[in-house]
Amino acid sequence: MDLTMFLSIIIGAIFINNFILSKFLGLCSFIGISKETKPALYMGISVTFVTTCASIITWAIYNFILVPCHIEYLRTISFILVIASFVQFVEMVIKKFSRALYRTLGIYLPLITVNCAVFGVAVLNSEMFFKPGINMLTSFTLSALQGFCVGLGYILVMLFMSGIRERLELCDIPPSFKNAPIAFIIASLMSMAFMGFSGFRF
Amino acid sequence: MLIPILTMSIMGLLFGLGLAYASKIFRVDVDPKIDMVIHALPGANCGACGMAGCANLAEAIVGGKAEVTACAPGSQEVYDKIAGILGVGIKVKKKKIARVRCNGGKRSSDKYEYSGLKKCAGANLLAGGNKECRFGCLGFGDCVEICPFDAIHLNGNDIPVVDGSKCTGCGKCVGACPKKIIILGNADDKVYVKCLSHDKGAVVKSICPAGCIGCRICEKLSGGVFLVENNLSRADYSRAKPDTPWQAVIEKCPTKCIVKT
Repeated sequence: MDLTMFLSIIIGAIFINNFILSKFLGLCSFIGISKETKPALYMGISVTFVTTCASIITWAIYNFILVPCHIEYLRTISFILVIASFVQFVEMVIKKFSRALYRTLGIYLPLITVNCAVFGVAVLNSEMFFKPGINMLTSFTLSALQGFCVGLGYILVMLFMSGIRERLELCDIPPSFKNAPIAFIIASLMSMAFMGFSGFRF
Repeated sequence: MLIPILTMSIMGLLFGLGLAYASKIFRVDVDPKIDMVIHALPGANCGACGMAGCANLAEAIVGGKAEVTACAPGSQEVYDKIAGILGVGIKVKKKKIARVRCNGGKRSSDKYEYSGLKKCAGANLLAGGNKECRFGCLGFGDCVEICPFDAIHLNGNDIPVVDGSKCTGCGKCVGACPKKIIILGNADDKVYVKCLSHDKGAVVKSICPAGCIGCRICEKLSGGVFLVENNLSRADYSRAKPDTPWQAVIEKCPTKCIVKT
């Protein structure tokens, strides 16, 4: 648990293994909410919050329920269960205590409930860190860090994409390419650019 | 076999009960009036009121943050219905109409030749448009395109003309114009100043034959209804009297930038 490990997780999660552009997770929200910068940023913040919390909760579920009962193979279904209920719970709390926050983030929370990126983080964490060789505290810190950095990578790409699409609104695009098709083409070009990061592995 | 089934069922049961309990604790009471107001509104979600949709407006009206008459395309019937639900009286809303405050168009000289996308928003990105006058209409008709009621058309001079009988005062064109030339004015105003230029008179004369040069003739003739501030005439309708000589002001304006509504 030294500095290089932290650094490799941070850079790896944000750039090299960027969830949207390298792992192709969370694409529905990536295309759906990237038309304007502001909602894209709010969505990114919500996703970061949920991925961080989901990493912590799934760590607890895996290590304190699944491992003692020897039912690690039920990982998928139990993670889905816990993430979905957690997001629902957060939505209720926000709705009760901050109407302003609910108006900005609330509409995105149901989208995150079924977002594959959130589930992807949990699975990735369990594959990378929840091993007999790594002690509990290390795996906890690294999972939380990875959850947070995946969120940061998501925000980064959402901001890129929404910035490009805002400018696209003013461009002369052939009618058949308008809206989604041109967004897909741009996404693929950006994805190829991000694949360049795999060149320097840490 | 028993352990996995038990663990999953218990986990599911716990989460389910937890959520059910949480929903009871964190319950937010919704005013039933909001639902009734939503049904009374047109339900087009046009956004002309400035809110994201009819549901948001209904919430604002019930919360007292918006007027009963805030729905721009709504008719008197809609306002009456909403007022009935809330149990309040309403003020009769003054009809608003879009006013285009530029009369230059093709007559005002160009700064450069623009050959990009034929849209005001696009031209505006290039040094504020191709017109010498930095306040004036670019004439590509972004407002014509966005008008949901087909009330705006370009005249031969590339200046948008608003059809008063079709305009509902929704204000979409106000947002679409990158030069902020269009405003919403009261439908019963008699005249308005069809120029926005704060340039000095000599500058205006050299680039546009139809701009306000700040000569103050209107100010003297109308007895203070028109005010020239910053080289631009502005009508203060609150000071208008029944005998204000509107016709004389229109006729005497040397560049004819004061026009009848």
